Amino acid sequence: MSIQYKTINELSQMLKSRDISNKELIQETFNLIDANLHLNAFITLNKDASLLKAEELDKNLSLQPLSGIPIAQKDLFCTKDLRTTCGSNMLSNFIPPYSATVIENLENAGCVSVGKTNMDEFAMGSSNETSFYGNVQNPWGDKLVPGGSSGGSAAAVAAGIVPAASGTDTGGSIRQPASLCGISGLKPTYGRISRWGMIAFASSLDQAGPMARTAEDCALLLNQMCSHDLKDTTSLDETIPDFTENLDKPIKGLKIGLVKEFDLSQLDKEVVKVFEESKKQYETLGAEFIEISLPNISLSVPTYYVVAPAECSSNLSRFDGVKFGKRCDDPKDLEELYIKTRSEGFGDEVKRRILIGSYVLSAGFYDAYYKKAQQVRRLIKNDFDDAFKKVDVIMSPTTRGAAFEEGSKGDDPIQMYLEDLFTIPANLAGLPALSIPNGMVDGKPIGLQLIGNFLEENKLLRAAHNFQLSTDWHKKTPKGDIQS
Amino acid sequence: MSWETVIGLEIHVQLSTDSKLFSGGSTSFGAEPNTHVDLIDLGLPGVLPVANRGAFYKAIRFGLATNAEINLTSTFDRKNYFYPDLPKGYQITQMALPVIGKGSIKIEVDGEEKVINITRAHLEEDAGKSIHDLFEGETGVDLNRAGTPLLEIVSEPEISNAKEAVAYFKAIRQIVTFLDICDGNMAQGSMRCDVNVSLKKTGDDKLGTRAEIKNINSFKFIEKAINYEIGRQARILESGESVVQETRLYDSVKNETRSMRSKEEANDYRYFPCPDLLPVVISDDELNEIKNNLPELPNEKEKRYIEESNLDISEAKIIASSKTMANMFEEACAKTDDSKLIANWLVGDISALLNKDNIDLEESKLTSNNFAVLIERISDKTISGKIAKSVLEEIWESGGSVDEIIESKGLVQIQDESLIEEIALKIINGNPSQVEAYKDGKDKLFGFFVGQVMKETQGKANPQSVNEILKKLLS
Repeated sequence: MSIQYKTINELSQMLKSRDISNKELIQETFNLIDANLHLNAFITLNKDASLLKAEELDKNLSLQPLSGIPIAQKDLFCTKDLRTTCGSNMLSNFIPPYSATVIENLENAGCVSVGKTNMDEFAMGSSNETSFYGNVQNPWGDKLVPGGSSGGSAAAVAAGIVPAASGTDTGGSIRQPASLCGISGLKPTYGRISRWGMIAFASSLDQAGPMARTAEDCALLLNQMCSHDLKDTTSLDETIPDFTENLDKPIKGLKIGLVKEFDLSQLDKEVVKVFEESKKQYETLGAEFIEISLPNISLSVPTYYVVAPAECSSNLSRFDGVKFGKRCDDPKDLEELYIKTRSEGFGDEVKRRILIGSYVLSAGFYDAYYKKAQQVRRLIKNDFDDAFKKVDVIMSPTTRGAAFEEGSKGDDPIQMYLEDLFTIPANLAGLPALSIPNGMVDGKPIGLQLIGNFLEENKLLRAAHNFQLSTDWHKKTPKGDIQS
Repeated sequence: MSWETVIGLEIHVQLSTDSKLFSGGSTSFGAEPNTHVDLIDLGLPGVLPVANRGAFYKAIRFGLATNAEINLTSTFDRKNYFYPDLPKGYQITQMALPVIGKGSIKIEVDGEEKVINITRAHLEEDAGKSIHDLFEGETGVDLNRAGTPLLEIVSEPEISNAKEAVAYFKAIRQIVTFLDICDGNMAQGSMRCDVNVSLKKTGDDKLGTRAEIKNINSFKFIEKAINYEIGRQARILESGESVVQETRLYDSVKNETRSMRSKEEANDYRYFPCPDLLPVVISDDELNEIKNNLPELPNEKEKRYIEESNLDISEAKIIASSKTMANMFEEACAKTDDSKLIANWLVGDISALLNKDNIDLEESKLTSNNFAVLIERISDKTISGKIAKSVLEEIWESGGSVDEIIESKGLVQIQDESLIEEIALKIINGNPSQVEAYKDGKDKLFGFFVGQVMKETQGKANPQSVNEILKKLLS
């Protein structure tokens, strides 16, 4: 029995009814991994430990909610005794002595971590082209990028290898690849999921989240990923609801905001057409549309590209060749140890952001850049606060278009940075946001973004699930539609 | 040309918390290298700091004791620079909003009081240690100290000479040890300071260019480094040149300061708010709890010793100025109700021994318990004051227990008056010419008889009884 493209619920049913054993499921997952090596979705596999855990689950029947479910973990989460590279040469030899809280939470819920997925180096990129371990291929076409930075996670789910993957989202790194690969992905409210054990890119923006075939599966995963963690002081001490509750409840009367300042006329006509059709679908479901204004939203990208590099320039200082990770050969003195190690260990995009970040924090420029950016960030947050007085969720395309070809953005980093135009604002404001597949452009999937108010993941997931109950976009695969 | 010296001190005080500022790692001194280091201290990828509230409580004690502004909400910033013993490539410190704001402290130099204002006191994590001399051609890094909480106390540039600087440092050390927030152990680096020195023309308002001398850890070196630096800067200015703003190191072997890095080479620390830590908020309840449990400070002790224990001002001052001596005094008073006797020993014999050896009381072998027992044995007449002195000297040299020394050397005082009388008679009978001279009015000879009796009893006779018996027999 094939397990490819199955959802979490479907696999759980198969395990429960003994249609498949835990070990068979994991063995089959590794067969799918082997059959899809050309995607380059994984950096490190965890085969022996996964099979061992599956055997144990077969021996001791478990009532854990995600018992036996194979999951691919973004290679940014520290996994005890399992190499964690963060997509970088710098950490090509790094084996963490501890696991991230989110990894522990998922594994304690019964998940089997089958491997670590490819990603843009230190999560800096929107196409997975900055990985030291090579590009990831989008299952929807040769030479197509999967998006980034969680490109390997998105590709592994889109290819039906695993039903679930973890991702992280600093400026769109879950939602953008979800959109380009035709899967569902959620970035929760900042602080919902502990950052302990997540290798930091930009600490005030980084947030882990689930990537899966459906919004419902995202809810199942989110239930296990969230926790109030005393090891992370920015982790929220808030009640964690059952995110799967009331997903089926109709959304009649749901107020959906459309952002006046998002100028869709700049986008490809096909993209706009897909978006308009989704609006009609939501109208059919009983939602109403209200135009809202986010006056400072156009400052999001420049604000992000000050704050994120500033934090990254400091966060990545620990990679100095002294204690862990790569160290250059035969440095003649301390300065050369630093320079050679970091020159050899980091790729161009990471270096670019460290340089930008060091610049905006330097004496004499701090007020003009970093401080100003934080002030603008506050204004953007205020804009959202005002908007959510009028609407329940805010809707936009997730990306400006479908998956593009490798190398097509050329050497212009600005073009690549603009990829994140629609996704960045939710990170700056700390708000939950998700992307679900909502159409095809030139035979490639594309996603719809919903942004919710602080802690209102439930509303988002319900709106998304209702959409998926009434559409089939999430059932499309590169090999044709899933029949149900 | 005459010059005025302007000095400011930045004192780093290691707070005596059990665990580190942002991790559960142990802070104890002297362990095997890199054994008191946890994931956070090592700065492993993915780890996050959690602020230790205990360190805040200790910092607030200092604030309360120096009448300082207490910022109930304070924040952390990152100071970015590369060094092998700085695991994360940045130090977490309090730049923008420190826990302690403006305060002040009184110092005394040559009998004159002066108030030195304190600009701020902030919490930060210590770095590890680089070890340069252990491995040929390589540098070792010991991260045991990395993450230890420091309180950096920054003075206003109001100190005028080396003596004042030392007095200020001593005053800070006294306060932090009395508050029980630091062990004050300078040899182990529990207190270190950076000294900023500049000269200006006498009467000028404008400050001169300063040099910062880094990381000095003894009173003696503070004084020497400042005096050397004053001389160096004066020579530069006298010759018409200008002082360069720079960081200098004090070399105690050569007794000189030398340049470490100039302003141009100085790091741009790229401070920014640490995104991993929320502001730390101390509640009014917590503040009151700290206030209500604030340990007694030297001036309060001094007052109490004068009022309740009937000590002289000078005695009270000496005893209250050292936490160890104050503890010794109080412990002995609890056992023996003779505060004057106790004060006499502390201010007299013990202070003399300290001066002779040039050490602090906590460095000596005398424990408070030993001292209390010694006083008790004098008071219950087990030994005489003179014997007590020899017991004290023995303990001072080699330690040990008072009672065991008295026991093993048979030093118990002779109280038996008939025995003393017998010995006194023997002495009188054996020295007829002295008896005659005494009776002829040579009063000074009385001391001769006392001495002979004491010699015969190896000093163990109760001196008061000896006096009385000899007076009776010689009259």
